[in-house]
Amino acid sequence: MNPEVNPNLLMVSSSPHAHSGASVRRIMLDVLIALTPAFSAACWFFRLNALRLTATCVLTCLATEWVCRKLMKRENSLGDLSAAVTGVLLAFNLPPELPTWMAVAGSVFAIAIAKQVFGGLGYNPFNPALAGRVFMLISFTGAMTTWSRANWSYKLAAAAQDAATAATSAAGGLADALTTATPLGMAKAVLKSGQAIPGFQPSLFTDFFFGANLNGCVGETCSIALLAGAVYLLARKVISWHIPVAYLATVFVYAWVLKICCPGSALPPMAHLLSGGLFLGAFFMATDMVTSPITKKGMLVFGIGCGVITMLIRTSKTGAYPEGVSFAILIMNSLTPLINRATRNRVFGAKKA
Amino acid sequence: MKIINSPFHFKGGIHPQYHKDLGDREAIRELPLPAKLTVPMSMHLGAPAKPVVKVGDIVKAGQLIAEAGGFISAPVHAPAAGRVKSIDQTVTAPGRSCQAIVIETSPEQEWELMPPIPDWGSADPKTLLERIGAAGVVGMGGAGFPTKVKLSPPPNKPIDTIILNGAECEPYLTGDNRMMVEHADHIAVGAQIMRRILGAEKLRVAIEDNKPDAIEAMAKAFEGVDGDVAVVRLHTVYPQGSEKHQIYAVTGREVPRGGLPMDAGCVVENVSTVYAIYDAVVNGRPLTRRVIEVTGEGVAHPANLMAPFGVSYAEMIEACGGYVGKPAKLISGGPMMGFAQANGDIPCGKTTGGILVLPPREVSNFTSQACISCGRCVDACPMRLIPSELSQLIEAEDIDGAANISLMDCVECGCCAWVCPAHRPLVQHFRRGKAIVNAKRAAERAKQQEAAKK
Ligand code: SF4
Ligand code: SF4
Repeated sequence: MNPEVNPNLLMVSSSPHAHSGASVRRIMLDVLIALTPAFSAACWFFRLNALRLTATCVLTCLATEWVCRKLMKRENSLGDLSAAVTGVLLAFNLPPELPTWMAVAGSVFAIAIAKQVFGGLGYNPFNPALAGRVFMLISFTGAMTTWSRANWSYKLAAAAQDAATAATSAAGGLADALTTATPLGMAKAVLKSGQAIPGFQPSLFTDFFFGANLNGCVGETCSIALLAGAVYLLARKVISWHIPVAYLATVFVYAWVLKICCPGSALPPMAHLLSGGLFLGAFFMATDMVTSPITKKGMLVFGIGCGVITMLIRTSKTGAYPEGVSFAILIMNSLTPLINRATRNRVFGAKKA
Repeated sequence: MKIINSPFHFKGGIHPQYHKDLGDREAIRELPLPAKLTVPMSMHLGAPAKPVVKVGDIVKAGQLIAEAGGFISAPVHAPAAGRVKSIDQTVTAPGRSCQAIVIETSPEQEWELMPPIPDWGSADPKTLLERIGAAGVVGMGGAGFPTKVKLSPPPNKPIDTIILNGAECEPYLTGDNRMMVEHADHIAVGAQIMRRILGAEKLRVAIEDNKPDAIEAMAKAFEGVDGDVAVVRLHTVYPQGSEKHQIYAVTGREVPRGGLPMDAGCVVENVSTVYAIYDAVVNGRPLTRRVIEVTGEGVAHPANLMAPFGVSYAEMIEACGGYVGKPAKLISGGPMMGFAQANGDIPCGKTTGGILVLPPREVSNFTSQACISCGRCVDACPMRLIPSELSQLIEAEDIDGAANISLMDCVECGCCAWVCPAHRPLVQHFRRGKAIVNAKRAAERAKQQEAAKK
């Protein structure tokens, strides 16, 4: 390969001749580090299931990546750690009881179809983990929406007994649904039954925040652990505040406006903020560099868009899905090239608009 | 004399490792005269100078050996007395070849100076300007733009601010810093000569805040100088020395796209150039030498040397104790914008500010990856471009598409490539893209001229 090189000649290349030392591998490593608190919380809440799903997804993702690169005759890309990140994120988005083989199928889809088919890291238009999750949601709808954690809503019932009993008696059978549902699933069920969503007892927010006693996906229930990881990513400048803040603020304001305009049509704003996959999505998935806009302005647009779509899905009476984070981010992923085009910065020296 | 903090801060830029302590330990020293000097005819921007001596001629130091080859050009003077050995081709640091006059130096050095103008404060500005042109002074910060041209803006572009550029934002380089510390008084005189020529009301010396000695020395040198004069203490951020960004930091004005500093009412001149202006006017000495820093971890004794033009890089490095170990890269200029050289057989010239030798551990060797859209280049770009998008367009050979968004605004500062985690060769793409666009535009102009003739 190498042409014969005169050993007396020095290396010639274009400037700059210095580099910051940043690398893709380091960025992905930081994301993995930032996900460890949430992983610990998941292991605490869901015990072996968390470990089983995370290990399955990570190993399958790495293996799929390796095979794809071999088949495509490209150099091995396991070293950039992006496949491992996809594995962890996908596992975090699965219900803890999910059969192992389904997790394998989802991981293969995420890497092979959503990433390598497009050319690998950098060329994928959609976040691979989310694409994998939505593929599973559509293929294995039942298993993907089955939750088995102990009844958490008794607290809710105690707090708003009238409303809850009214809801259960009116809708019949709803009580069963409520005992094993995620908070958002409960809200959707009540909404669909035509009832008003009851208010919450303040102590419930503590559960939301720490993730205790909640049904939900492996990595999404413990908000404080996710927040700790997010602070690390922000401090390491791996992500900037623009997408998560725009996303969370939009969700909060949307829920707050609903609460004022049509009480009973949505959970309290804080509950919307802390439930479902919002923290996981806002800090770890919407901020995926490859599939989100490149300018700060674009990031704000992206975050607001994610927030609006999430809330539209969560609060629609006719929609099937109680949670909209995955769909919202994927839809905004598809708009990223457009947003990039529309939000270029004003070039230095150009006339101010 | 006022010292003010820079009132404006441009967006973007980076904070590289500076390594400035390497070459800044000692005062500037004189390089012993080499036996042979290869003086290039292209040490400036514009047409090469035309030799006016023949092989075999005996020349004195400071004697005119080549006259300006056009309006945007500069004459060249003999850096030392001796005999013209040959007129050859040579390769210069940016990789182009040009004519060079080779002089065998003689042991006796006799100077031929122009008549000094000690009463510059009352001299006719035209005389001063002519002198600067005749002395072959060009911008010594890197571009080599003829100073006489820079100091003759058209009457419809009034200049109200002169900025002395002492930012020296490139890592490793300290030559300008040493010049300011050791020759502050002379630089102050040069600045006043510029002010007399341009009639500008404001005089600013822009220095980064990591050079407190230079700030102090310049402030002292301007003590008692009348008019609106101030030292501006700039934040230390690369590329603070870029003309456009310095003008913004000092005045808050943006040079319009495609425009020149004079479009923002400013003239920016590097401090070493200002010293050359002083030397040309007050001492009648043409520009034949400059401070060149030999530095980097790959050199035994980094130092700032006052060296005549035409000495080779290899001789300069030899004068500093030679290489330590095997060098990985030899760079003309600083690590951010300098030109890598294949060997040391290159003559120093008016724009050679530094010779940098990097050992293997300081050189990043890598394979580039696909862009991961992290946006770091966008945040770092001081021109606020989208380097990722531009580089992808150029990679796809859509040069026009890149030119349509903002390719030609790139100043090749290298911030984007410095931060890129995917190690993309962004600046290389932009250089290539810009060269293609420039060639296309030149061809179009030629065609139009052709058509106009018919
Ligand atoms: S080299 Fe060009 S594109 Fe890159 S940061 Fe500098 S001005 Fe921007
Ligand atoms: S810094 Fe590199 S990887 Fe990041 S957006 Fe720019 S070109 Fe792409």
